[in-house]
Amino acid sequence: MSKPLVDVKNLKMHFDVGGGSYLKAVNDISFHINKGETLGMVGESGCGKSTVGRTMLRLYEPTSGEMIFDDTDIYSLSKKQMKDKRRDIQMIFQDPYASLNPRMTVLDIIGEALDIHNLAANKKERKARVEELLELVGLNAEHANRYAHEFSGGQRQRIGIARALAVKPKFIVCDEPISALDVSIQAQVVNLLKDLQRKFDLTYLFIAHDLAMVKLISDRVAVMYLGEIVEITTSDALYANPLHPYTKALMSAIPIPDPDAEADRDRIVLSGDLPSPINPPSGCTFRTRCPMATEKCAEEKPPLVEVKEGHWASCHYAE
Amino acid sequence: MGKLLEVNDLEVSFKVHGGEVKAVRGVKFHVNKGETIGIVGESGCGKSVTAQTIMRLIPQPPARIKNGSIMFNGEDLLKKTEREMQKVRGKEIGMIFQDPMTSLNPTMTVGAQIMEPLIKHQNLSRKEATKRAVEMLDLVGMPNPEKRIKQYPHQFSGGMRQRAMIAIALACDPSLLIADEPTTALDVTIQAQILNVMKDLQKRLNTSIIMITHDLGVVAEVCDRVVVMYAGKVVEEGTVQEIFKNPQHPYTKGLLKSVPSLDQDKDKPLVPIYGTPPDLFSPPPGCAFCDRCDYAMNICNKQDADKYHVSDTQYARCWLLDPVAQEVRSK
Repeated sequence: MSKPLVDVKNLKMHFDVGGGSYLKAVNDISFHINKGETLGMVGESGCGKSTVGRTMLRLYEPTSGEMIFDDTDIYSLSKKQMKDKRRDIQMIFQDPYASLNPRMTVLDIIGEALDIHNLAANKKERKARVEELLELVGLNAEHANRYAHEFSGGQRQRIGIARALAVKPKFIVCDEPISALDVSIQAQVVNLLKDLQRKFDLTYLFIAHDLAMVKLISDRVAVMYLGEIVEITTSDALYANPLHPYTKALMSAIPIPDPDAEADRDRIVLSGDLPSPINPPSGCTFRTRCPMATEKCAEEKPPLVEVKEGHWASCHYAE
Repeated sequence: MGKLLEVNDLEVSFKVHGGEVKAVRGVKFHVNKGETIGIVGESGCGKSVTAQTIMRLIPQPPARIKNGSIMFNGEDLLKKTEREMQKVRGKEIGMIFQDPMTSLNPTMTVGAQIMEPLIKHQNLSRKEATKRAVEMLDLVGMPNPEKRIKQYPHQFSGGMRQRAMIAIALACDPSLLIADEPTTALDVTIQAQILNVMKDLQKRLNTSIIMITHDLGVVAEVCDRVVVMYAGKVVEEGTVQEIFKNPQHPYTKGLLKSVPSLDQDKDKPLVPIYGTPPDLFSPPPGCAFCDRCDYAMNICNKQDADKYHVSDTQYARCWLLDPVAQEVRSK
């Protein structure tokens, strides 16, 4: 296979919470994303998945680690170089209500991206490009002069997508782009993202907690728990044969919209809550909630190993 | 099985700047003793307004209850005074809110919040109430209940707060529990825990539950019957089997199709419902769904359909179920 577009190596993002302690939001993770591929990233709230996405855009300065994008480590770039690089790396945010400036028209919201990177020679060109983008994401050109509050949640998310696409990026981090939307609208946005990927050969990191949606859109999926990747493989293999006990529990916790299937399903209900990432458990971080934990799990940290071809998991007992 | 709650022709509007939003437009359903019904629909369809009206928690103004009755144990809740309602809330009907972070009082210990209804409604002494609070927390699966009752909500995680809220709602043994999106703010593994607690408690206490949600998976898991709402009206009602296996209204069908299942074919695009729900400022005269409906006919625009019963338990408001329309459809 050719060289990956994005290659993250040993990324760590620790936040200083005072008193000499650190919140280890992302703790030494490595993964790559190939060109044109979608990597799904799932996990519960507080597992660090959004932090990974934000650190990849350098919205946070990482504690350590590298991210090789197109042969350059983006963490070694100067501020000015990084600004140019952001043309290639864009983000779609979770909350379509908070991520659009209420005092700007749609024309300016999308046009701002063009201004920053000098992509439009004059006002006329800028307007034409914005209208083109609006139509691309399924809105009308006339919408350009309206404000964000005049749109529904699904339409706002389309504006957010148009803004990300304005600079013709190669790679887009989608941070829970559908979580705030109604079910019937979610499907519209997912279909749009898939269409755009095909049209422009985009690469996505798709962060979500809805496992069924992630399966649908992703080629490969990474499962995170407490700042670490516990399993990563193709989405088909992950759903057909999950290896890590956390992945198994996560899958079995999704309610299925089918009363018959619900009735005769064996469910693994995890006890307890997510431990604190300030002071994570020794050894395997999942052991405090794991139904099959042994003494070995407390003493020795299981490394992320290739259990089957292309299927990595970090569990002493994965087979 | 007797009827515990009966909502009839309920209409609720909100007065806002420049007009009136008709949030609930003639809702009718009932809840039997010991059963769980699910109210499903998207944001803005009126499901939470319906729930808050049952509890009479809806602020008036801006809201106005224009029509209808809510019969609970043979009495109309809409005719009760505020003072009489206070005896119903927490005692006869318990409520769990969507966001456990904001619906607990941050300045009171969790124990005091569970004891409050017990002291108020059941005249228990502080000592008895404390004992009962510990029992309640134990019942909802909270470890170390004796220690936990002395703590404040910020010391609890999201799942633990939701358990505390269930404990408060159930403290006085209400005969009806209204759960307004109880698991939406929680993670899936915690959601599974909370749903288990609710199912288990229902079996033990024989409480009726109204589960308001937009998650069809949750409905399939816990509900006996389902009420589907769209734009302030009930468009379909039936048992859980009927709704999931034999949906009749195009909106219900669309809703079921737009949710991916784990064995969904990846190369096939999802089937979304195109468009957006109508503006309830000026609801359309006909069926509210007809602009988004693939099967819309001329009549759909002009007049809303009546109820068409498919079985004793299932009905839908759709012209397609009219005997005349059957012919059109088969052509």
